Amino acid sequence: MTLEDNKQWAIETEELDIYYGDFRAVKHVSLQIEPQKITAIIGPSGCGKSTVIRAFNRMNDFIPGAHATGKVLFRGQNIYDPKIDPVQVRQKIGMVFQKPNPFPKSIYDNIAWGAKINDYNGNLNDLVEESLQKAALWGEVKDQLQKSALSLSGGQQQRLCIARALAVKPDIILMDEPCSALDPIATLKIEDLMRELSKNYTIIIVTHNMQQAGRASDYTAYFTMDADRAGMMVEYGVTSQVFTNPRNKSTEDYISGRFG
Amino acid sequence: MIIKSTSPFDLSRKKNRWSEKLIKLFLTFAGIVSIFTTIAIVYELGKESLLFFSLPEVNLVDFLTTTTWQPSIGKFGVLPLVTSTLITSFFAMLVAIPLGLGAAIFLSEYASERTRKVIKPILEILAGIPTVVYGYFALTFMTPILRSIFGENKVEIYNMLSAGLVMGIMILPLISSMSEDALHAVPRSLRDAAFGLGATRLETSIQIVLPAALSGIIAAVILGISRAVGETMIVAIAAGSGPNFTFNPFKAAETMTGYIARISGGDLAYDTADYNSIFAIGLLLFLITLLLNMISRKISRKYREVYE
Amino acid sequence: MRSTADHSNQNFSISDPILEQRQRKAALWKSLFRLSTLIGIIALTILILSIINQAFGLVAIQDKVDRTTLSTQPIESLSQKEMIRLIEKNLSKNRVRTLDRDIPLVERSHKDLYTLIEREVIQVKIVDSYPLFKSVITPQRFKDRVLLDFPKAKIQFKLWLNLSFLTHTMSNIPEQAGIRTAILGSLLVILIALFVSFPLGVSAAIYLEEYSTQDTWLSRLIQTNIDNLAGVPSIIYGILGLAIFVRAFDPITSGKVFGVEGANGRTILSAGMTMALLVLPILITNAQEAIRAVPSSLRQASYGLGATQWQTIWHHVLPSALPGILTGTILAISRALGETAPLIIVGAATYITKDPSGIFSNFTTIPIQIYNWTTRPQTEFRNIAAAAILVLLVMLLSLNAVAIIWRNRLNKNR
Repeated sequence: MTLEDNKQWAIETEELDIYYGDFRAVKHVSLQIEPQKITAIIGPSGCGKSTVIRAFNRMNDFIPGAHATGKVLFRGQNIYDPKIDPVQVRQKIGMVFQKPNPFPKSIYDNIAWGAKINDYNGNLNDLVEESLQKAALWGEVKDQLQKSALSLSGGQQQRLCIARALAVKPDIILMDEPCSALDPIATLKIEDLMRELSKNYTIIIVTHNMQQAGRASDYTAYFTMDADRAGMMVEYGVTSQVFTNPRNKSTEDYISGRFG
Repeated sequence: MIIKSTSPFDLSRKKNRWSEKLIKLFLTFAGIVSIFTTIAIVYELGKESLLFFSLPEVNLVDFLTTTTWQPSIGKFGVLPLVTSTLITSFFAMLVAIPLGLGAAIFLSEYASERTRKVIKPILEILAGIPTVVYGYFALTFMTPILRSIFGENKVEIYNMLSAGLVMGIMILPLISSMSEDALHAVPRSLRDAAFGLGATRLETSIQIVLPAALSGIIAAVILGISRAVGETMIVAIAAGSGPNFTFNPFKAAETMTGYIARISGGDLAYDTADYNSIFAIGLLLFLITLLLNMISRKISRKYREVYE
Repeated sequence: MRSTADHSNQNFSISDPILEQRQRKAALWKSLFRLSTLIGIIALTILILSIINQAFGLVAIQDKVDRTTLSTQPIESLSQKEMIRLIEKNLSKNRVRTLDRDIPLVERSHKDLYTLIEREVIQVKIVDSYPLFKSVITPQRFKDRVLLDFPKAKIQFKLWLNLSFLTHTMSNIPEQAGIRTAILGSLLVILIALFVSFPLGVSAAIYLEEYSTQDTWLSRLIQTNIDNLAGVPSIIYGILGLAIFVRAFDPITSGKVFGVEGANGRTILSAGMTMALLVLPILITNAQEAIRAVPSSLRQASYGLGATQWQTIWHHVLPSALPGILTGTILAISRALGETAPLIIVGAATYITKDPSGIFSNFTTIPIQIYNWTTRPQTEFRNIAAAAILVLLVMLLSLNAVAIIWRNRLNKNR
């Protein structure tokens, strides 16, 4: 037994296929996500990037007709096993969405709510401060915790959503194009934050922004569409290698801007 | 950076979410209550109608084909009630279709945003007025006007025309708002194309937009007819009581709904021919309106599919 | 003709006769469209004016008993004691005892006693009435008519809609009839309808909107069913209420199982339940729309934090949908407030003088009274029907105003 065999990945998929009704949106995805690293998923629109990342914490369950075959292993357990409670999966694998979506509540309640429903029995004030600190938002909002979260700017809202996810104490944070609605300065802040968070968390990010993937990620998975319009992974590896020396022709075309 | 494979966190340790399940059960039950309502309607109408048709003096063929409704002498022909229902509904649609459609075209194609914002709520008020008030209006306002126009000896105090016309005013907002929605759903590009060819606004509205919205408008009209057939208070107050087989709109004649309202107005004894008859007529009414509503919804779903 | 127009820029102008004709036609039709819109507004205006017209106006009042035969000096100048004596002398013993039991005569004020004498002893009656606009424009014609028919009558201006109309119970004499019993009946009926239909309707809407991905066939069946129920004529609900609540559940709806004596199933409870079924589909549809308007990003955010479905609904979806749900509920309830036909079938009593004492009482409602009074031959009943319509319309308006204010306030608070 080598060390590699023994290795526990953050997430590991085996022959994952995802369907919307009869339509197969993603096929044959087998990949291993390195823990405490940033993994970027890139590829042209419609190639199933978001579908894949949402499969990692069973957010696809809410799309009528969506179902998956194959395995998604998290801590040695297939999260699509009927025995598994998807609610518990989402407590361990948090998510940040494309558009900032704070609850129409105060900043404080936004952070505290997730902990409350998960029976958190520590000090909520400390948790709120700690989460906002980690999301690099504490300094900006510490005097206005009772203000509505909707009064924040877009970039602040997105960092609040990250803080909110952290407060539930997940292992992994999924980010589905978290910067697509933000301006460049806010985007840079989020990227710095991701780098900081990756010391303690596994981060998986879907992005359509090549530079962002190149700048901010440790690993990159490149998805593209097959002839039957099903998304599939064609390249996966250390980011610098994927960007400078892709093995696959279509990856090279995409990265150098000749496609998509 | 290796996490021990014997993780203490077991995802399959499902919390026993009894409350979640109970809540879902209750919510499902609440949804099913509406199905019970339908079952109860069909069961009660059906059961009592069967009793009605098993009476010795009643048979289904006579019920549907003869023209005298006089329970006291054992005549149960529903046609006079049906014809007066049709006549009042006809006059209602005679008012509601042109006016409702005209208003819809005006609001959708001509009116500015500001005008629309003022006029639509007013039409909604019209739709929100209780039907008994329309009945009062028909009897105390419309009937005297009709009598002074056509002559008091020609127009009876209770008459189908007055009830029908006022019913048309009641249905007007329904037709106009549904038709306006249909016209509104026609994509802008179609209008732009017509204007680009030098068409006037009228030509664009009538020849391009209206045909494109036709199925939505037809759905509105059918729903309007269904509303007219099922309307009770206006006809009960203004159209007169007592079945009367006539096609003269100036005459009094009782409709199906008017009959049901009059018969059950007093202390109606159970298990009499009168009692059972309101269920038989109710069943007929239910079937007619159900059919109309289903056709209307089928048509309107079709136009939604085209544009959405 | 056309070709010249096409080729020369000078001829291509407004003076093109064909175009001009088209424009004229367009203008004509435009005014027709505008007219049909206006007719709706005009109809509404006329409707309201015609009701106001009937609710106020001149009346001719005549005493049945000559005042001079009762007392030598003007009755209003009598002392309270003398008035009581006059009452005792001219009314039957039984009547005096009833009145005394109501409020002891000696405790009544001078003004109250005078009204009592006018009503019971002199028996002042309205013998003729005239609508508002004619009263303003041609009062003389009414005066002439009254002088001819009732030479002894006095003419005065009457508000049929007045305080005593709101506070009195039913009566066979139009000017003494009031609508209190009917207002209370209406309120009780819609309260029951609200209590039953609100929890059921909102729950059903949540089921259809939030859980429909799970059992599709059932939710589709329920949805189709609700769409169909919404189009069922209200009178059919009345027949259903008669068969189910009044007849089949008679022991419960009459209150017999709870020890209420001698009642039948034609009670406020039956009426309220019937109304609940009637408004249920409307309420569900309105609540569904409100829930559907909650952005799905809110749900995703909640699920993403590991919330369960019900936690998501209770903490995020419902609070956001609440203003819409409440507005929709009020709209559904105002429909119930104006409904008449189902209550006729369920068996509203047209003549009750006692206020409803609970849910097992017989009942009447405002629309039932309007119907009842409208169908009476005397014009004075038309007058109080108009007054009752104004009461009903004001209640409906205030319900809707409450809905709008509520919605705005809740929207602002978020």
